[in-house]
Amino acid sequence: MTDLLYSEEEEALRAAVRDLLGDHCDAAGVLARAESDAPHDRAAWKALTDGMGLAGLLVPEELGGQGASHREAAVVLEELGRAVAPVPYLTSAVVATEALLACGADELLAELASGRTIGALAVGLHRAPGAAFPAVRVEDGLLHGELTGITDAAVADILLVPAEDGGLYAVPADAVTVTPQVPLDLTRPVATVRLDGAAGRTLGDAGPAVRRALRAGAGLLASEQLGLADWALTETVRYLKERKQFNRPVGSFQALKHRLAQLWLEVVNLRAAARAAADALATGEDADVTVAVAQAYAAPVAVRAAEEALQLHGGIGMTWEHPVHLYLKRAKADSIAYGTAGAHRSALAALVDLQAP
Amino acid sequence: MTDAEELRSRTREFLAAHPPASTDRLDFLRARFDAGLAWVHYPEGLGGLGAPRSLQAVVDAELEAAGAPDNEPRRNGIGLGMAAPTILKYGTDEQKQRFLRPLWTGEEVWCQLFSEPGAGSDLAALGTRAVREGDEWVVNGQKVWTSGAHNARWAILIARTDPSLPKHAGITYFACDMTDPGVDVRPLRQITGEAEFNEVFLTDVRIPDTDRLGEVGDGWRVAQTTLNNERVAIGGMALPREGGMIGKVAKTWRERPDLRTHDLHQRLLTLWVEAEVARLTGERLRQQLVAGQPGPEGAGMKLGFARLNQVISGLEVELLGEEGLLYEDWTMRRPELVDFTGRDAGYRYLRSKGNSIEGGTSEVLLNIVAERVLGLPAEPRTDKDVAWKDLAR
Repeated sequence: MTDLLYSEEEEALRAAVRDLLGDHCDAAGVLARAESDAPHDRAAWKALTDGMGLAGLLVPEELGGQGASHREAAVVLEELGRAVAPVPYLTSAVVATEALLACGADELLAELASGRTIGALAVGLHRAPGAAFPAVRVEDGLLHGELTGITDAAVADILLVPAEDGGLYAVPADAVTVTPQVPLDLTRPVATVRLDGAAGRTLGDAGPAVRRALRAGAGLLASEQLGLADWALTETVRYLKERKQFNRPVGSFQALKHRLAQLWLEVVNLRAAARAAADALATGEDADVTVAVAQAYAAPVAVRAAEEALQLHGGIGMTWEHPVHLYLKRAKADSIAYGTAGAHRSALAALVDLQAP
Repeated sequence: MTDAEELRSRTREFLAAHPPASTDRLDFLRARFDAGLAWVHYPEGLGGLGAPRSLQAVVDAELEAAGAPDNEPRRNGIGLGMAAPTILKYGTDEQKQRFLRPLWTGEEVWCQLFSEPGAGSDLAALGTRAVREGDEWVVNGQKVWTSGAHNARWAILIARTDPSLPKHAGITYFACDMTDPGVDVRPLRQITGEAEFNEVFLTDVRIPDTDRLGEVGDGWRVAQTTLNNERVAIGGMALPREGGMIGKVAKTWRERPDLRTHDLHQRLLTLWVEAEVARLTGERLRQQLVAGQPGPEGAGMKLGFARLNQVISGLEVELLGEEGLLYEDWTMRRPELVDFTGRDAGYRYLRSKGNSIEGGTSEVLLNIVAERVLGLPAEPRTDKDVAWKDLAR
């Protein structure tokens, strides 16, 4: 039976991560950093990984990890989403780590688990699990080509690059050219990765590794979206209790209350869907369907939560100064990440036998 | 007594003394009540043992395994779910002794005389009058949406006893004898063609003061106990995937490739996802209750299911194309039980329209979520300190 609750340990983990992010990733700091040349928060990353060992949650203890599961990683992602924290957790500690687990790349796993090495899968963030993905050419054992939309490449030490020979290669970042692109989501930068005869090390078959990595990314992204949506709801409720117009708190107007109550319902639903996906990834049972359900549901809810937050904040929500735009940009980018809701619905059509005409 | 093992052996002893195969059904149910195995969380002497509610499952499992008859709880949902907890909380000892046993065994079915044509979402505005005459109350008025009134022996009734007070203050709560000659039950035909509900006209109905529940003027508070119990009992079984209305339309989709279009496919997949997520939310709520950590999530379940039932059954009618133009049967019937997923797609579409009205409209429930869960301030009110007789109507 799927366990949809949070254990006491998971709640304790949440409290610790929230506490840490309160110190490191306040809204003003995240915004200031997003405009700087160093959009990633390395201090927060160090505290999360060196301090708490969270980069190794999915890695077995004998490889230097925590031997925990997707359930705990999901709780971390909820809090990272709530803070729109600019750290490469989903990309390195989940997606790249899953690809390495699929390949049995023990040495690299141990490095990623420590957090001192950051890994990035060189597959565009928009690719859905099971979809085709670009691969680079192999000539005389060296890699050639350009890959775009690679998230967190700018801070990666190791890139995991699919090649046309069907292999997944580990390529050190200093062997490639990483050029930052201007991202819609300021808190999760993307970049192009250019390989001009880069030397890499074969890890294993790219197909199954990428599929597994993207499935875990899609499933746990739902928890990040949950945290994000929960922030938007909580912050908007707080603001509408405070903000007064027409001699009363605007939160007492039924037209606004109904919108927030509706959003609360969707966040409650999203919590169940996200927990189901994390649990299914942890147990491996029914994971394809549960992940597709969670991701088909999560993206529209997170986007709507951020859009409602903006609208219900009125003019202040439209300003650069107020953090709601960071959440809107993250939510919109997340709705494309690891496959759109539509892509996941299409996947479900085959998985649950509701075939197209 | 709170121990599951002890309760199990007590149930087995009871079964040995009253073998279901050779005991009359009603005798069995009465004896079960007297043994405290009816609802174990009720007090001793009133069908229970003062045990935790969760232990009822232990008793039920033993009884079911022995093939014992049950009290057909669905036939007396209002009695068991709403009248009984109210009687338990506010009834006198005499009332508890008189009412609870035949209520639980199903010998006496109850209905609810609350809503009125002029008092729906604003229930506290009700205008049915009860006027004291000696040891009796004389009741006049009209109630509506009374399911099961035609089968009921008793009703829980709220009526206005003091029109000069603000609306919430002048209400009193009664048990009303449905065999009184002043009670006139008339079927209220619905858009489905059948009549689950009734209009109940009360003309000089005489209620002895001994059938009053709670103090005079305290009826609104008493009614809160009733209404707080008016919620779908989630718990017990987990719903399987495609267990609700989505299962019907998914089955049709699989069996009838000729009906498929791209537009319907996109909408079906979206609804399938929403139905599956709603199922997971219900399952999460169930796990919270089992773990003893009930959250506010239950407040939203009815809202979600009402909308989904409506949209899914609407899609189903459309999917059926030419068959969607037809309806099974408009014959006026008086069903004793309602099966939302029974009958055809057209019936489901029409019946589910009531899901967002019955038991609190979706609009009122959204207010409740906004105010009680999210803590948003209430709308300013113009009716709080006004005598009921001076309210706009």
